[in-house]
Amino acid sequence: MMSNCKSPAGIDRSEKRFTWILTASGAFIVVLLIAIFFTLFITALPAIKKFGLTFLISKSWNATAESFGSLPFLVGTLLTSFLALIIAIPFSISISMFLGEYCKEGAISNFLRSAIEVLAGIPSVIYGLWGIFLLVPLVRSLEMQLGIVPYGVGILTSSLILAIMVIPFSASLGREVISLVPGDLKEAAYSLGATRFEVMKNIVIPYARSGIIAGILLAFGRAIGETMAVTMLIGNSSFLPTSIFSPANTMASVIANQFSEATGIVASSLIYIALVLFLVTTIVNIIGNYVIHKISIEASKEVT
Amino acid sequence: MEKQINIRLFKDTLFKGLVCLFAFASALPLFLILYYITKNGIAVINWDFLFNLPRPIGESGGGIGSAIVGTIMLIILSGVISIPFGIATGIYLSEQKKGKLSSIVRLCVIVLQGTPSIVIGIIAYIWVVLPLKTFSAMSGGIALSIMMLPVIIKTTEETLKLIPYHLKEASLALGVPYYKTMLKVILPAGLSGIVTGILLSIARITGETAPLLFTAFGNQFMNLNILKPIDSLPYRIFYYAMSPYPEWHTFAWGASFILVVFTLVFNLIARGISAKWKTQF
Amino acid sequence: MKNLFSKVRFLTLLFVFLATGFQAFAGDQELLGAGATFPQPLYSKMFDAYYQQYKVKINYQGIGSGGGINQLTKKTVDFGATDAFMTAKELTEAGATVIHIPTCLGAVVVTYNLPGNPKLNFTPDVVADIFLGKITKWNDPKIAAANAGVKLPNLPISVVNRADGSGTNYIFTEYLSKVSSAWKEKIGAGKTANWPAGQIGQKGNPGVAGYVAQTPGAVGYVELIYATQNKMAYGNVKNKAGKFIEPTLKAVSAAANVKMPDDTNVLLTNTDAANGYPISSFTWIIFYKEQNYGGKAKERAEALAKLLLWTVNEGQKYVEPLQYAPLSKEAQSKANKLVRSITFNGVPLLK
Repeated sequence: MMSNCKSPAGIDRSEKRFTWILTASGAFIVVLLIAIFFTLFITALPAIKKFGLTFLISKSWNATAESFGSLPFLVGTLLTSFLALIIAIPFSISISMFLGEYCKEGAISNFLRSAIEVLAGIPSVIYGLWGIFLLVPLVRSLEMQLGIVPYGVGILTSSLILAIMVIPFSASLGREVISLVPGDLKEAAYSLGATRFEVMKNIVIPYARSGIIAGILLAFGRAIGETMAVTMLIGNSSFLPTSIFSPANTMASVIANQFSEATGIVASSLIYIALVLFLVTTIVNIIGNYVIHKISIEASKEVT
Repeated sequence: MEKQINIRLFKDTLFKGLVCLFAFASALPLFLILYYITKNGIAVINWDFLFNLPRPIGESGGGIGSAIVGTIMLIILSGVISIPFGIATGIYLSEQKKGKLSSIVRLCVIVLQGTPSIVIGIIAYIWVVLPLKTFSAMSGGIALSIMMLPVIIKTTEETLKLIPYHLKEASLALGVPYYKTMLKVILPAGLSGIVTGILLSIARITGETAPLLFTAFGNQFMNLNILKPIDSLPYRIFYYAMSPYPEWHTFAWGASFILVVFTLVFNLIARGISAKWKTQF
Repeated sequence: MKNLFSKVRFLTLLFVFLATGFQAFAGDQELLGAGATFPQPLYSKMFDAYYQQYKVKINYQGIGSGGGINQLTKKTVDFGATDAFMTAKELTEAGATVIHIPTCLGAVVVTYNLPGNPKLNFTPDVVADIFLGKITKWNDPKIAAANAGVKLPNLPISVVNRADGSGTNYIFTEYLSKVSSAWKEKIGAGKTANWPAGQIGQKGNPGVAGYVAQTPGAVGYVELIYATQNKMAYGNVKNKAGKFIEPTLKAVSAAANVKMPDDTNVLLTNTDAANGYPISSFTWIIFYKEQNYGGKAKERAEALAKLLLWTVNEGQKYVEPLQYAPLSKEAQSKANKLVRSITFNGVPLLK
């Protein structure tokens, strides 16, 4: 033991070094993020200089004429993500209500919770593979019925797979906010003779609304950045989609398809897209997390 | 009056039914996916498939040995890079509950967690592949480690926050220096939570494909050199899935089976650890 | 503190150990190549055989010709592969002399997925109109005109093109620009093209073949081997001489019977040869003439030179079984000459 003992000065030095290491690694994360931003910004600079902000509203992606606009990809991204959310919301809210209110514990809720967790853990590329062999034929036969060109792949197919992928994500957040709804509020309503449906409609959902919206926002952030499954199912067409069956491209999928061969202005245009994608997901995430953070603080205040 | 109540009760039952229906319908894709993977994948899995290298295009046979080794290498590499940083940052955040820098760090962790994987792929390409002048396991590992960091940081921070303050006070009161208190008392107490976080982060990156497209690149040979391109399971699945060869499609399912087993095992161990060895206070 | 530092030291040591450990395992020579998917089945066979014989690993990834050119220029690969000769602009961007050596010839075939997989005849106009989106149904009279006796279904055509920068794309669009003025005006020739709206894009020859094979009514263009290996139907195309030519090794060789310039930059599309298939092309491996760049070891450069020499000589025996056409005597001797011009610090690598 004695040999391990150090003079107070030695301890002091080690002490300083220890806190220094901790602070440095915290600062490292900040530096990392700033470096990511600047790397994207600097490599995208030629495209930013050349096209400016019209890049975001120009709809031609034309390598031969060297005119680039990201509108088709912005629209493709937003369309697939919104559609995915519209499909996913009823399911994820149902799960949140089921696990957060109807059936908080027990075998059934455990089963559902684990199933959702496993679903969240399945890699994107496997969703893509599964989509190719199950969803694509399904969508194709639907398109045959409707008498439109049966591509099978396209916006609808990608939205379906995205919906399945974001359900677990928004559901687990929704469950948390719903279970944060104070019990006395609900009890008060029950004691007045309200049915469960009425409690849900008038107490729980309004109370948890902002949290649920934040969950949806975060799911949206997840959906717009999703790459592999979408790249495999969207049909990679660099035009503005004309219907939900059109093949299209998202910001992420066009990068995945074209980045390895892109040179010069094409490469910096693609990185410009990556920069936009990065900024959009950053904003969405900050807002979503801010709302959730606020809710959990309020909830903890009410408990005490 | 009676009627009114009946309508209300009916609405209640209907709503409950709908909630249950939708909730359980969302579990359906999981079973369909697992069914497809098992049905199509399990038939191709044998020793040859697990240990052999891919065959030339159009020839039958071959396996995913290099992909499995590559994936394990990527996990080790990204773990070695991100675990020390992640834990240190996690300790930092749990200690500095308030303060300007720590709230900025917290914000950065959130942003980093939401950053799309393809963007991180581009970053690793620019930072590592271009300067080293070769695609490499290293560049893939760095990309994946950036994705692991936020998960490790968050779980470390949250675990350490839960450890009661009196533990720290007791240790400090005995004259144990602060750094030793943190390393010898607080960290071990939160170990199960931290290990869970690490395993979850590994489960998260094991199936990532997008950051590997421009970094680890793929390799049909076995490679153990971190400065050369390597194969990986998700990349191989992508490659096989997009090919026209029916045999390769079954290989994609087989590789998916292995990959799902990988991620499930990490998830299960993580949950087991957090359930069994959780230090009770 | 000792403890903390021993931990840090331990981690560093572990890292160094892992790095060197992995290094130590890597006994075999390894070269990295990337590019065209058009010759990828051949290259993967050749490089497998080369490994069996010489224990040199050649890692080839099919990322498209555009990718091959770009990654060579960025010096991240030892060699690239392309089916489209590098443009003047690309050659300037490369910064130093890049050599193209032809390795084999192939045919771009129009492949489709129809019930019963009938053999179809295509006139150049029909091919152009299908890919321009002017013909939208399989039972269009224009298709039927050249296919008397074939029962064409009333099925919409799903057109598939290449989503990545592709040499196959270049060969196909370059051919169509020669035979259709509408095509030349609207789309033009290039590794990437401005496809009409409403078409599917897929990555690489395998991606296109994979989509066509799974989609009834789909049509796309791939190298012959992808169609034959997957038992997919592909059409005969009418050539300049007015004959419908089935894409075969022979028909490709017939088209290749041209005078070859010293840099091997030659286009074979829309050939004058009476029995030549009109959408044929050479495919090239590209690399820097001066190999001493980016800290490359001499052994690595030598391994590359030996591989290239093997590819254009002994390696040619793998070409025909995969239905590519081998190099003619003239092309082979030019290729040999080019390989022998590789230098390291200005000194030729091969005697």
